[in-house]
Parts: sequence; C-alpha cells; structure tokens
Amino acid sequence: MSQVNKSYLPEGLPIPAAEPLDEPFWSGLRKNKIRVQRCKACSNWQWGPEWVCHKCHSFDIGWEEIEGKGRIFSWTRMWHPVHPALNGHGAYITVLVEIPHAGNIRMIGNLLGDPMQKVEIGAMVEASFEHHEASDPPFSLLHWKCAA
Amino acid sequence: MGVRTLRGKVAVAGIGETTYYKHGKAPDAEFKLALQAILAAAQDAGIDPREIDGFASYSNDRNDPSRIAAALGTRELRFSNMQWGGGGGGGGAAVGNAAAAVATGLADCVVVFRALAQGQFARFGQGPQTKTISGNKAYEAPYGMMSPGQQYAMKVMRFMHEHGVKQEALRAIALASYHHAQANPRAVMHGRPLDEATYDASRWIVEPFHLFDCCMENDGAAALILVSAERAKDLKQKPTYVLASAGGSHHRCGAPSHNDPIYATSNFTTVAPHLYDMAGISARDVDVLQCYENFTGGVLMSLVEHGFFPAEAANDFLKPENLFAKGGKLPLNTSGGNLAECYMHGLELQIEAVRQLRGQSTSQVADVDVSMVVAGPMVTPVSSCIFGSEATL
Ligand SMILES: [Zn+2]
Repeated sequence: MSQVNKSYLPEGLPIPAAEPLDEPFWSGLRKNKIRVQRCKACSNWQWGPEWVCHKCHSFDIGWEEIEGKGRIFSWTRMWHPVHPALNGHGAYITVLVEIPHAGNIRMIGNLLGDPMQKVEIGAMVEASFEHHEASDPPFSLLHWKCAA
Repeated sequence: MGVRTLRGKVAVAGIGETTYYKHGKAPDAEFKLALQAILAAAQDAGIDPREIDGFASYSNDRNDPSRIAAALGTRELRFSNMQWGGGGGGGGAAVGNAAAAVATGLADCVVVFRALAQGQFARFGQGPQTKTISGNKAYEAPYGMMSPGQQYAMKVMRFMHEHGVKQEALRAIALASYHHAQANPRAVMHGRPLDEATYDASRWIVEPFHLFDCCMENDGAAALILVSAERAKDLKQKPTYVLASAGGSHHRCGAPSHNDPIYATSNFTTVAPHLYDMAGISARDVDVLQCYENFTGGVLMSLVEHGFFPAEAANDFLKPENLFAKGGKLPLNTSGGNLAECYMHGLELQIEAVRQLRGQSTSQVADVDVSMVVAGPMVTPVSSCIFGSEATL
C-alpha cells in the first residue's frame, strides 16, 4: 500500500462526511487502513455499510481491516465534467474493485496513473491512500493502482 | 382467490402531451405543463376532465395530485399514488398502479402523468455542488462519479466485456431513435439526422457512452388516462388494453456501493418473466417495442433480459435495419425515444406504444397487436408494461 501526495482529482469536489453508520471506514482511511463491515454473528462480509447483516439479520456488525489488494471488476473513463471543479480537467478513470479475501465485496475508487492507460477487467490492483490534510475537515480517499 | 391479473381489465382511453422543449426552454411553469398534458389526454379520450378521480406518477414528480384536482375541479379524489424510487424506471409501474386501482375499484378514471421543467428546477446530469456529502454518495462523488451516466457506465462496460458486445451494437440503438425522430415533427431532434460517422466522431461522455448514447434532458409533460375496459369501448378512441405490468428488481439489486450480486444487468431478470406471465405472451409476440434509453447500454441489456435475443447474439441482432419501423425484426423507439424525441422521463414512450396500437405513429409498424414498453433500465425498481389490441383479449 502506498500514499500519494498530489490529489488525483482537483480540489473542490464534495468531500466525504462520515455518518454514524460509516465512521469506522472514513476514520480508518485517515490511518491508511481499509475497514469494512463483517458480521460478528455469521462472519458475513458486507459493503457498503448497513445497520443489519443481510445474511442473518444480526445488528451486531463489526469492522475488520482488510489487505488493500483486489482485482478490477469493472471500470470507466469519464470525460464529461459533471461538476465545476472538473471543468478543463480532462479524462479520469474510476474502477470498481472486487476484494476476493473479503467475500468479493466491491469498492469504488480512481485508478491512479495515466488516465489514457489500457484497463483490463480482472487485473490485480493495490490500494493507495490520498490524504487531504489541508481540507476542512481533513479527509482521506481510497484509490487503486495496477499491481507491480 | 382466482387468477390475479390485470390482463384486459383496463384500457388507455386518452393520451396527451405538451410541446416538447429543450431543457430550460419551456415558456410555462412545470405545474401548468402538467395541467396542459392532462387536459389534452381528457380531450383525446372524450371525457370531462372533472371525471378524473385518480392520479399516478413516479420519480417524486413535484406536481401534487390534490393541487391538480383542485385546479381542475375534479369531483372527487380517490387515488393519489407515487411509485417510489427508480427515476424513469417507474413509468411502467405507474401505469400498472393506475390500472390496478381501476381494476380493483379503488378509482374509475386514473391519469398517469409526468411533468418536467428543468429551467424552473435542477437538472439530472450535474453532480451535487454541496461542500460535503455523506452516505452512499460519499463512496462515489469524491471520485468524480456523480451523474447517472457515470453510475451505469460500469455496469454496461462489464456486460460488454462478459459477452463480447461491440460499440456498433450501442450505435445501432442510437441510430434507430434518430432515424424515427426524422419522421416525427414533435421530436426535439426532428431535422437533425444522425449517421454512423457522426456517432463515431462524437465525444465520449463516459466510456462506453458517446454523446449520442445519452438521453437528452427536456421540458414538457405527458399524460395517459386509464379507465375500465368496458368504459373504454364507449369512448372516442380505439381502446388500448393493458395486458400486463411488472416492476421491481432482483435479490439485493439495491446493495450499496455497486455491490448488486448480478451487477451487469438492466435489472429486469426477475421482472420480465412476471410481465410475460401476466400478458400470456412471449417476446416473439411483441410487434413493436419502446425501450427507455437513459443510455443505449441499458437498452442493450433490457432487450437481452426481455428475451429478444441472447447476449451472445447482440452484435448480430443490433443492426439499425433490424430496429426500424419499416421492415425491422424488432421496431424500436419509433417516435425517437428519449434520445431524439423527448426525455419526458419515458412517459412519451408509453404514449408512443398507444399510438402504435391505434395506427397513429409517425413511424407506424404494420398490423400491431402487441405493443410493449420498457422503463428506466439499470435503476431500481425498474418496470415494463405490455399493451394489446382487442384481438389479443
Ligand atoms: Zn450475519
């Protein structure tokens, strides 16, 4: 896992505000940790977060740190700016990453590197944390890059 | 309990719509547009608008039935219905809800309507411009994923990857809509033909969607009036019978952060079988289809999931000539649809389906008995409905 300094997308996009339901995820990213939901009763992995386990209906759901590795399940290259902060920025890539060691849950992030790179569904990727220290409040995002 | 079905019990008696405008260009308030469409539908049906006793809409339409009922002086209000969620995916379900109300005696004369004035209100295709964002959107927006097109592009990318579908298949869907719009003077893209080279050269919005794979955003309003099958026989127009409506989505379709277990789907895998069961027909019997193009990729997956061809045959089937009203194997979006007639959140597709059964389309298919509509692929819940001629009953 690595850390990046320059942000992948320009500042000015909406910044994530944690809620009681997902606070462990967002606070985990601040510490370079990926924490996702895992049911304490039946060990079911669950993402995105919900109050109840969709397998056994237990409300006793824990958070487990997972290794930041996965494979590209799908992706897209976005061209049209959908927010003023993206005007003039050009294309960027978003990936949906499947995490095989956490019940094949899927997580969204940007794919770091050349925005025109060839992207392969099934390719292995590694997590990368992007910290926005100067933001008010500070926050961190989870990105991905192709595995070496 | 006997057989539970809507088949043949209810008919569309009237259709109405306003002029369709580019987004933000309607000269009238959204509420006024809604009233105009409803009054036009009543006139088309030949009924007194004061007879309307029920309202059905979807996607949180802003025009409240109690206000409409007061404005029009309807005699009484008996049914005030909103289909939850799903944006344009609620269009077929709204018709189903209205039909169910009439079939079960909750109301006698229900109008399905949708009105949009995006100059007066916000647009669909722009992201939120708030400083912070929370909940599900927080897993997307900070990564530059904010518009419906971006959210659905990855479903289509995965589907095309799994089944080897080529860009030309999406292009054929866009070309069919533009082709039919050239015959339709109501269409916003009337007089603006599209050819393969123009499609290929058009800019990417979000891969795999070029500009012409994406719906327009428009202003206007549309309405359909539903009454019992018996009543419809005495009214002005040839009745268009509701053969079936089905809505919903599969197991955990709405799982957060793109964790839907099927994922590469238009979300009709469970809905389409219910639809055909109620109608008592199969895909082979459909004479003409209106399929909601939020994005062409959604149409691709919807056609597969409604049984028109297997995914592996998409490249062969999706040629423009197969989709044209004249001589096509499956005439598709014969008014120009969301891409080229108007994005009236798909309600214009329901109206076109009725026109095809009446023989009033500007791209009329010969001998139509079964006319089908697919609403809002890839959202949840989605819905579809099937209309039939008297011969199908
Ligand atoms: Zn559990």
